[in-house]
Amino acid sequence: MSAFVGKYADELIKTAKYIATPGKGILAADESTGTIGKRFSSINVENIESNRQALRELLFTSPGALPCLSGVILFEETLYQKTSDGKPFVEFLQENGVIPGIKVDKGVVDLAGTNGETTTQGLDSLGARCQEYYKAGARFAKWRAVLKIGATEPSELSIQENAKGLARYAIICQENGLVPIVEPEVLTDGSHDIKKCAAVTETVLSAVYKALNDHHVLLEGTLLKPNMVTPGSDSAKVAPEVIAEYTVIALRRTVPPAVPGIVFLSGGQSEEEATQNLNAMNKLELLKPWTLTFSFGRALQQSTLKAWGGKKENVAKAQATFLVRCKANSDATLGKYVAGASGDSAASESLFVKGYSY
Amino acid sequence: MLEDKRRSGGSFHETAGPPAVERRGSPQLGGGEDNVFYWVAEGLLEKTVDSIMAAAAEQRRPLSPWERGIRSVSPPGIDFDIAMQPSDIEVTPPPKLRSLEPYHQNAAHPLCNTEPLLENTNSPRLKSLIISSSEGPEKEQETASNDLEVADDEETLQFQNKAKNKVSKQGKKRSQRLSPNILRGTSIKKRKLSQIQHSPGNGRKRLTGESSKAHELIANAAYIGTPGKGILAADESTGTIGKRLASINVENVETNRRALRELLFTAPGALPCLSGVILFEETLYQKSSDGKLFVDILKEGGVLPGIKVDKGTVELAGTNGETTTQGLDGLGERCKKYYEAGARFAKWRAVLKIGENEPSEHSIHENAYGLARYAVICQENGLVPIVEPEILVDGSHDIHKCAAVTERVLAACYKALSDHHVLLEGTLLKPNMVTPGSDSAKVAPEVIAEHTVRALQRTVPAAVPAIVFLSGGQSEEEATKNLNAMNQLKTKKPWSLSFSFGRALQQSTLKTWAGKEENVKAAQEALYVRCKANSEATLGTYKGDAKLGDGAAESLHVKDYKY
Repeated sequence: MSAFVGKYADELIKTAKYIATPGKGILAADESTGTIGKRFSSINVENIESNRQALRELLFTSPGALPCLSGVILFEETLYQKTSDGKPFVEFLQENGVIPGIKVDKGVVDLAGTNGETTTQGLDSLGARCQEYYKAGARFAKWRAVLKIGATEPSELSIQENAKGLARYAIICQENGLVPIVEPEVLTDGSHDIKKCAAVTETVLSAVYKALNDHHVLLEGTLLKPNMVTPGSDSAKVAPEVIAEYTVIALRRTVPPAVPGIVFLSGGQSEEEATQNLNAMNKLELLKPWTLTFSFGRALQQSTLKAWGGKKENVAKAQATFLVRCKANSDATLGKYVAGASGDSAASESLFVKGYSY
Repeated sequence: MLEDKRRSGGSFHETAGPPAVERRGSPQLGGGEDNVFYWVAEGLLEKTVDSIMAAAAEQRRPLSPWERGIRSVSPPGIDFDIAMQPSDIEVTPPPKLRSLEPYHQNAAHPLCNTEPLLENTNSPRLKSLIISSSEGPEKEQETASNDLEVADDEETLQFQNKAKNKVSKQGKKRSQRLSPNILRGTSIKKRKLSQIQHSPGNGRKRLTGESSKAHELIANAAYIGTPGKGILAADESTGTIGKRLASINVENVETNRRALRELLFTAPGALPCLSGVILFEETLYQKSSDGKLFVDILKEGGVLPGIKVDKGTVELAGTNGETTTQGLDGLGERCKKYYEAGARFAKWRAVLKIGENEPSEHSIHENAYGLARYAVICQENGLVPIVEPEILVDGSHDIHKCAAVTERVLAACYKALSDHHVLLEGTLLKPNMVTPGSDSAKVAPEVIAEHTVRALQRTVPAAVPAIVFLSGGQSEEEATKNLNAMNQLKTKKPWSLSFSFGRALQQSTLKTWAGKEENVKAAQEALYVRCKANSEATLGTYKGDAKLGDGAAESLHVKDYKY
């Protein structure tokens, strides 16, 4: 076989399939210490370990939320943290049918000679790190590659570098028992139209799957975390159905059926936008041999964060808010979301930050 | 807290949750019922098709009550309870293009400036073969879309009606007798959903200003992939057909070549089993003894004429006998002419071989990019390109080696097609089946089916509407049985799986004919037997009961086959 089938193959396939269960999705709670600091400052909360622990506890213990999730991506610090009752977060998630995942990349660095394009680092000793994470209870991993659209971007170099980096990361994960989430994010920044985004997304995904094949990655034990196909941030918005169509067509043209699930990133979309787009995709009458679900960070946590404001007395309210977003996205994976069901104004707030890096 | 909720039965947790995870220490591999993935991973085969089906049922994690509550009505998205393969449902007529109605006003929509189909030329043209079934529970579909392309010239209208009537007549019979029982008795909703799921993708404007062409390409490609139909490869070059005729002591002159093709195309009952016939250039312009153009006979029978456009292989210097395919020079012009003559799809055969150091990266790259260039030129000129990267069966390698090579080659092909901006929805793939080498022990059809479909799942995007297998050196019966097994396999298959057979359709016919007028009827009967068998194989309903003609079980393997 072209794919590497090691001792973890069975488990990888089952885990990937479980994460892709319709009705469930991933909470991306893997903000690095620096990034979570930015979030905290927006609600005037001090960026210290106990607050970071408190936020994650708030999210994970929200009543009714975990059934909407199949996985949570964690930052390394969180992997070893506990609830206030002293139970490791990892155990708590596992007991509730949610698979812990771990962010393993080490951020982006510029590619010399390009116009601000980047590659992602983190391959050094990745195997050993994965083994540690596996022991700590993680069963999937995430690595974010970033590409941008411009007059001459993404360049062939950037596409190749990022695709190969993703492939190398993916096979190392599989060698060590972690399902790799392959994330080639094409940023929304720019004034391009949706067709341009579609063309770039298709080119990038095609390169990614060629690289995965070259590196003997077992596709049945991976997940894809792509951007949705949308107009650039400086262009006019379009309806969710249009986004759905372009996105699904792009995926049908590039993602082999062996991949069990596609877990979208939300980019700079508001909570409500992201949910509606996902919903539209699941309603689309086109044959889709993978499930379409979510792996949202900001688009799940934004209103929750605001409702919390760092205050203990707001926890219940924040948790209720979180449940609303979880449920909305869970419905969206089934094409059953009814827009406007959640009346929070924060849900419609755009989360777009130019040149977002984390 | 949450633990109590769990026990009270209200939570998702009561049936199978996520795979059991050891918190410390070694990974936990699944037990017996997890073998479904084990066999996928290790290539081992559960012994019978029944086991495969049972294992596949195990694959679907049982829904928790919570999810079942949510999902009481099948969502329009993915539903693991529905087999996604066209052959698993009752015979459907060729899928319609889905409705684009709501988006025609949206300037951003790819097809908002849909022009009327096809510019006018002098020659009669085949309009899109978009035919919708008039039967079946399709009220919702019909009200939702008014995109049935009704031709405005009488000839094509007749064509459409003929094909439509043929389909609905047979559709009825088939649905009672032949269709696999997977969805029999399931809700109308599910069957309809399957039909919806098989509609071809949107003709997004891939080539600038040619959305009407895209429409036609997509419709034709989808039509060729109609369940119950396949392709007869009758495109043997003059040299190659000479070898065939020699084997039955027939002189290789034009009249004999014409007579053979007439025998094939007028065989009673054969055309309804076919969606396309690949022709050699000479045949494209030949007529029957009544003076009717072969292409017209085919069109009237609901069969798309296709044309072989490559010019054979040449060796790649510095390799160990590896080749590349030529034919790109003036290809655009040739395609135009072929289109005017009535052809609607094309074929180009790339050849790779398995050996110690083969296929080399060089050979894979050359052949993949040759195919991609050919493909886009065809599309520019209205022909659906059949992409054929044949990996020869010659050798003593095992099936795993063939699978690995096939996956590598197909991945390279689809990267090349992407680089060349080929519209996948308007293409077809003609791959080899994944089998052991010719010098190795044979394996069961179910094993071939499993390795083949898995290789395709890992490499062929869902946008490709159909995969039409070549038969290589397989005997007529082998080829049919393997195709049948693939269509019975319960796994994700978003493309239809059909045939594009040359020798595996014509072998017994040729022998029976032996060049004699008095044998024509019997020869035509032999062809019908194979066509029908393969038609059933595309539905997974072949019972192996085809009247085996003389030589049907005979291997057709010729070492290092060239044609």
